[in-house]
Amino acid sequence: MLEIKDLVTGYGDLKVLDGVSLTVEEGETVALVGSNGAGKTTLLQAISGLLPVWSGDITFRGQSLPKLQPHQLPALGIAHIPQGRGILARLSVYDNLMLGGYIAAAKAKRSARMEEMFALFPRLKERREQLAGTLSGGEQQMLAIARALMMYPSFMILDEPSLGLSPLMVETVFKIIADVSQMGVSILIIEQNLVEALHVADRGYVLETGRVVLSGTSAELMGNDKVREAYLGI
Amino acid sequence: MDIFLQTTINGLMIGGVYALVAVGLTLIFGVMGIVNFAQGEFVMLGMYASWMLATYLKVGPYPGLLPVGLIMLAVGYIVFRTLIARVVGKPDEVAILLTLGLSIFLQNVILVIYGADYLTVQTTIKDAALNFAGLSLPLARVVAFVVALIFVGLLSYMLAKTDLGRAMRACAENRNIATLLGINPKFIFTLAFAIGIVMAGLAGVLLTPMFYVYPGIGTLFNLTAFVVVVLGGMGSVPGALLGGLIIGILESLTGTYVALDLAPIGTWLVFLLVLFLRPSGLFGRRVN
Ligand SMILES: Nc1ncnc2c1ncn2[C@@H]1O[C@H](COP(=O)(O)OP(=O)(O)OP(=O)(O)O)[C@@H](O)[C@H]1O
Ligand SMILES: [Mg+2]
Repeated sequence: MLEIKDLVTGYGDLKVLDGVSLTVEEGETVALVGSNGAGKTTLLQAISGLLPVWSGDITFRGQSLPKLQPHQLPALGIAHIPQGRGILARLSVYDNLMLGGYIAAAKAKRSARMEEMFALFPRLKERREQLAGTLSGGEQQMLAIARALMMYPSFMILDEPSLGLSPLMVETVFKIIADVSQMGVSILIIEQNLVEALHVADRGYVLETGRVVLSGTSAELMGNDKVREAYLGI
Repeated sequence: MDIFLQTTINGLMIGGVYALVAVGLTLIFGVMGIVNFAQGEFVMLGMYASWMLATYLKVGPYPGLLPVGLIMLAVGYIVFRTLIARVVGKPDEVAILLTLGLSIFLQNVILVIYGADYLTVQTTIKDAALNFAGLSLPLARVVAFVVALIFVGLLSYMLAKTDLGRAMRACAENRNIATLLGINPKFIFTLAFAIGIVMAGLAGVLLTPMFYVYPGIGTLFNLTAFVVVVLGGMGSVPGALLGGLIIGILESLTGTYVALDLAPIGTWLVFLLVLFLRPSGLFGRRVN
């Protein structure tokens, strides 16, 4: 579904990714882990076209993404929830969800989809007229996921969805991500929370200073000594 | 008392048109963070367009709203794509220099084409008035007020309740997030700018029966619109409406009770007071 080949990119003169290759198959959930500053968010920015690609290619269902305008990606079925959740704080919960269904394909089925989202996230229904910026961190993450689902995506990208959430909320969010996967949505998830991430993921990649240093099934990575040492401290 | 009431109502009516000019300015500022110092010149262009329609095609001022609106939409589109798009997201002074330059350029283009003469539109509505309860309301002002409020209302509705309005608010808050939702910020900015220019042009049409048309008249509306927007809160549509009405009334009262020449002074006093007491304006978000 998604194929990244020898991707090199960065900011100005600063090279951040130095030849990253990665794939996500249809229906798969893939985790990308790595320490702060490894280049995880940078990779996602490149996928979404918010950062130009220096060399290499990114294809989605055979289509080269860097050749498209960034705003055309949602219409292909790609929903990207950026680091920090990316909700529009000055818009109401309702308006955020409406914009989730902004693309033509989603617009037709928008009100029905919103009811589904309200059934899935009753909190959002109670707070539909509230400004999104006044929601708690966990509620904002739910809004971000609900808004992404409004697009009827086939592929969802999440950048550290557990960041800044309480342990209980982290558990809830990962449960929701598992549910999204159950709906048939392919997922690329970035996490520092390795255990939770590999728990929902089929496979994983470890990124260090702009290179993939390890990859394998979740079970393989969990059993890897280097991973256990670096991320679990055991 | 009658004079007071009459003066207040006269001011209120013209204040509605100020609000229309200011709403365009505040829309452009709110969505792309650019203060358009040429906003008054687009009012002036609207006035010349209205004058030409009346003079050469015998189209009255109010049927002229539609063609002038369409012309201004095209003008706004072209100005955005050729000039303004280059400075969106750049430091403020770049946009200020560009729009100030544009304002001087437009004044001089019109000066070259039409000369410095004061033009007027011949229309019967000029002398018509509604009389009741001892008050005399010039019809041109009443129409201008009502039509201006309708357009301000339509714009408010568009911003609050339509996808286009939501997309504008999304781009105003964060262009990258808007892009991730499938919104094309360039398209949205173009449309927001062009709609802001249409508002200015329509205000020009409404003002033509009441004002002389000359190349420098835009300066007057630039100052007024700017003060109205600061008073109401940069980027706030309800603020621009209220601010426009307040400034219209104030200007009218100063003109009657102090001196006609000094009418703008009341405006400036309010402006300074607002800056001292509530710099974020009546409806503005507080900025730290
Ligand atoms: N806009 C930017 N301009 C310049 N350098 C940047 C920019 N954004 C990120 N970087 C640099 O690129 C490198 C990778 O950053 P990135 O945000 O991709 O890391 P990350 O793996 O997502 O880290 P984290 O887990 O902390 O979010 C860092 O060294 C960072 O300083
Ligand atoms: Mg990151």
